[in-house]
Amino acid sequence: MKPNYESPIIKKLNAGMMNKFGSRTEYIPVKYIDNVAVADLMDQYGSPLFVISEKTIRQNYQKAVKAFKMRYPKVQFAWSYKTNYLDAVCQVFHQEGSWAEVVSGFEYQKALRNGVPGNLIIFNGPDKSKEDLILAIKNRSLIHIDHFDELYMLIDILEDMEETKARVAIRVNMDTGIYPQWDRFGFNYENGQAWNAIMRIIAQEKLQFEGLHCHIGTYMLTANAYAVAAQKMCELALSYSNTTGENIKYIDMGGGFCSVNTLKGSYLQGADIIPTFDDYAEAITSTILQSGFRPDTLPLLILETGRALIDEAGYLLGTVLATKRLADGRRATIVDTGVNIMFTSFWYNHRVSPAQDFSQHAEDTVLYGPLCMNIDSLRESITLPILKKGDRIVIQDVGAYNMTQWMQFITLRPNVVMIDTTGKVHLIRKQETIDSIVNYEIVPEHLK
Amino acid sequence: MKVRKNIAISENGFIFNPLTGDSFSVNETGVFILQKLKEEESEATILQNLMDEYELDAHTAEKDLNDFLSMLQNYQLTTNE
Ligand SMILES: Cc1ncc(COP(=O)(O)O)c(C=O)c1O
Repeated sequence: MKPNYESPIIKKLNAGMMNKFGSRTEYIPVKYIDNVAVADLMDQYGSPLFVISEKTIRQNYQKAVKAFKMRYPKVQFAWSYKTNYLDAVCQVFHQEGSWAEVVSGFEYQKALRNGVPGNLIIFNGPDKSKEDLILAIKNRSLIHIDHFDELYMLIDILEDMEETKARVAIRVNMDTGIYPQWDRFGFNYENGQAWNAIMRIIAQEKLQFEGLHCHIGTYMLTANAYAVAAQKMCELALSYSNTTGENIKYIDMGGGFCSVNTLKGSYLQGADIIPTFDDYAEAITSTILQSGFRPDTLPLLILETGRALIDEAGYLLGTVLATKRLADGRRATIVDTGVNIMFTSFWYNHRVSPAQDFSQHAEDTVLYGPLCMNIDSLRESITLPILKKGDRIVIQDVGAYNMTQWMQFITLRPNVVMIDTTGKVHLIRKQETIDSIVNYEIVPEHLK
Repeated sequence: MKVRKNIAISENGFIFNPLTGDSFSVNETGVFILQKLKEEESEATILQNLMDEYELDAHTAEKDLNDFLSMLQNYQLTTNE
């Protein structure tokens, strides 16, 4: 029998330039996801293909809930719809006990369709139309006011709605010591705007002031920023009680916990430096517990964690289309998973692994997507075993934001499947066809 | 195309260029091709040798050999005399 063939490669050895942390084998083959063969998935559902592990979602969710519940008596998670609003994904979170957190009328409708009771929907964001607000008021949803224009619109709407009150909170922005400060959403803490907004709300009989909300940023590498934020939220809540004699019902700390991904430009691997759920939980809960609430008036703690709960549960399977040499001799590998379906490749250096066995030889390569556009570059430099046309790859930790921010550009969006906790595979979003696109187009008579 | 005379190639794929001080590693297929080049075989012969040695179609063989030879040239390990 002839020996197995592998494409010839030559690699320059750079003595003295080794990574001081040792070279990391980024390329352990990923042949199975939850015991389901990657090859079988791709044979049946095509390439590219998004795969979601229901088991991983549940495990991560339970880990996060535990970290908070063992430290604080009243905790509630609300699933951040924009992070991944495929219905099947939302339903896993709702089954686990999550409320819904939405930022548009569209997302609000999705939450209702998913059977979430109106009073368990948190409505965030700067864009709520009059119709959205009327619906939210009627459904007793929690309306998180973003700006004074929204506050006055609410007051106007309520004037015409007899005997109806709206349940509201305000979004607060603040300096937590991190740069850049997110100050475009909500009312500022330091300059007194937040307090001012609270005073206006309590002067309105039809506004039921229930909580305080903040979302201090995303991919927060320091848990301490949450301690600073929680401290400011507690100060507002306690001032409110002292002034009115009423207690705040909840403090919502938003999202922003890191997922295991590695940010572009970071020398260290994400998984080595990110805080754990326990770190975040400790920072937030110990601050609230020590801030001076009487035990019977402790507010409910709400979290809108997005990426940290779902990133790890998502995989993108793809196929090598071609390999080539660039003018300077570097290898380039072209795969069918472009930035059109991998929005997060603009932020992260995603982990990419071959889906089949390979030899120990590896080579640096640029990883390009299939689009005929210069922006379609997934990794500037990644060390991968020698891949050839037809080989398959698995891109890991893509569960957050890709299946919502993907764009229909040059090609169509692919199938999404979910592997349930028993290992059964379910198609949860069908790949688009040309009809999905042209059905929305209208050609004027004179151009037909 | 020939491999420069003073280039040392070990059996396990370690290459040293005393002129520049650069060292390289090649995989088994790479060693196979380099040995043929040392024996001053022509590209056409090497192509045939590859297909005799491995389970391999002509297109892949040609594409891979071209790519490998261009990299040898790129690293200045070959001459065209
Ligand atoms: C208001 C709000 N809550 C929650 C999230 C979820 O954030 P993350 O995915 O970083 O946890 C976001 C995301 O930007 C947000 O804007």
